[in-house]
Amino acid sequence: MRSLSAGLGLLLVVAFILSLLAGRVWLAPPDIVFGHNVLASLIVTDLRLPRSILALLVGASLGLSGAVLQGLTRNPLAEPALLGVSTGAALGAVLAIYFGVTMISGAAGPLLGLVGALAACALTFSLGQGGGTITLVLAGAAVSSLTAAGIALALNFAPSPYAAYEIMNWLLGSLADKSWNQVWLILPFVLVGGAFLFTTGPALDALSLGETQAESLGIDLSRLRIAAIAGTALAVGAATSVTGAIGFIGLVAPHLARPFVGHQPSRILLPAALLGALLLLVADIAARLVHLGPELKLGVFTSLIGTPFFFWLVVRLKRTSP
Amino acid sequence: MSVLLAEGLGVRKGGRAIIGDISLTAGPGEFIAVVGPNGAGKSTLLAALAGLTRPSAGEVSLDGVPLARIARRKLARARAYLPQNPMCEWPLSVERLVALGLTAHLPALGPLPDTFDAAITQVLADHDLLERKDQPVTTLSGGEFSRAMLARALVGRPELLIVDEPVTGLDPVHAFAAMVRLAAWAASGNTVIASLHDLTLAARYAGRILALKNGQMAGEGTLSPTMIRNVFGVESRMRGEGRSVTVDFLES
Repeated sequence: MRSLSAGLGLLLVVAFILSLLAGRVWLAPPDIVFGHNVLASLIVTDLRLPRSILALLVGASLGLSGAVLQGLTRNPLAEPALLGVSTGAALGAVLAIYFGVTMISGAAGPLLGLVGALAACALTFSLGQGGGTITLVLAGAAVSSLTAAGIALALNFAPSPYAAYEIMNWLLGSLADKSWNQVWLILPFVLVGGAFLFTTGPALDALSLGETQAESLGIDLSRLRIAAIAGTALAVGAATSVTGAIGFIGLVAPHLARPFVGHQPSRILLPAALLGALLLLVADIAARLVHLGPELKLGVFTSLIGTPFFFWLVVRLKRTSP
Repeated sequence: MSVLLAEGLGVRKGGRAIIGDISLTAGPGEFIAVVGPNGAGKSTLLAALAGLTRPSAGEVSLDGVPLARIARRKLARARAYLPQNPMCEWPLSVERLVALGLTAHLPALGPLPDTFDAAITQVLADHDLLERKDQPVTTLSGGEFSRAMLARALVGRPELLIVDEPVTGLDPVHAFAAMVRLAAWAASGNTVIASLHDLTLAARYAGRILALKNGQMAGEGTLSPTMIRNVFGVESRMRGEGRSVTVDFLES
């Protein structure tokens, strides 16, 4: 696991540097290091650095949370959106746009998004509590449907075509036009949420044997569920509230890491977080470099490259299951 | 070494009494077989004895301390439990699966200490699994898998081992081998409680039989045709004694 994580870390550094250089204006490495070029320094410190750091935070949150939720539910199709977190955050942010709160303060969208994510998670948890993991997943599906209905309603009654356009734009997911404000806003939530998620390792391992055996091994299942849900709500909720919905990273990253670490759930956590960050960073670089007229939204791009993976997953499941 | 004590134990699920008024004592060196027809409440009794199902009446205690008041991890270090048809959801290696038995022994942070490697290697050797240690458990045969699960249960050297139908689905050779292992674990000063459907195996290896019928205790002690008639309602014949005894049901 160590060599895998070290290798991923190295790739991440390379991708990060590339992310600072690449874009509509290509920069040369000396421009970043020495800062002779004032315009280049501005581009890097004000635009590309916060954008790249956001990509790291958001990608790592998605990958880590996906790994924890797949371990918790022992379902290979589980991902952060499962608990209603993503759509909850989306609903919060959409309502902020709908009621024009975003005009007053730029932080209103993310803040309301975070509130939406936490509220959706609290609802999922209180609804599915005490009924085991399957009930929890069903509760998450129910809450997702509810929040999705709320988003559709907001689109339906959007006060102006411009608001509808803004909502649609936000829903597609993007890292464009992000600043340090958003980085500082989500950083504490991502760190605390990530810490919660990382504590679940040993319990997820024991859960490989099913809930009864995990309990017999001294695992507190309700505490595990709380850590997984709270961690996802904080980390992914904060991430989604800034960037909009970004699909498939949370689903794909754990799967890519799994075969390299002997499928042990606790050993997937760190590589999945690193892979999530790497995938999102690379996707963002690619989205910046593709010029097809309007900007290619990051969420659209990850969905485009993630969907074939979903197909492959289904085909493989069909082949391996009896 | 510890003594398990159940007094007036009852479990209700969905408003229905599954087991009621069961009392028993199990001490070091004892191998107790729980027998009874399907639906008699064997699994519920074992789960309650393991502290995994909260009793609605009476209580279970280990060395005088009620199970509910023993910390989860401490209890997990003293007793191991294997449910009916145990499974593993990911293709872990045999070695990793067995190591999961040490979950409650793990330090709060950090990886498996080196001292555990010896324990894992030993238990793998005891269960003829050394050559398979790197193989994914999902590719094992049924007999190998149940051996790996037993190794997982024994790796933490539990004073109390509770197993639900350990030989169901095993061919006769593997079933006998599993029973020999359970009996050996009891003989080395531990307590083993197992539910069994095969009365011949129960009569041969268990020191004491606990017979359940409709959630009630219907007999305790040595297996006899009278006990079998009371519990299963069929006539039977027992031949031989000790580890060569056989139990046959007779057509009525």
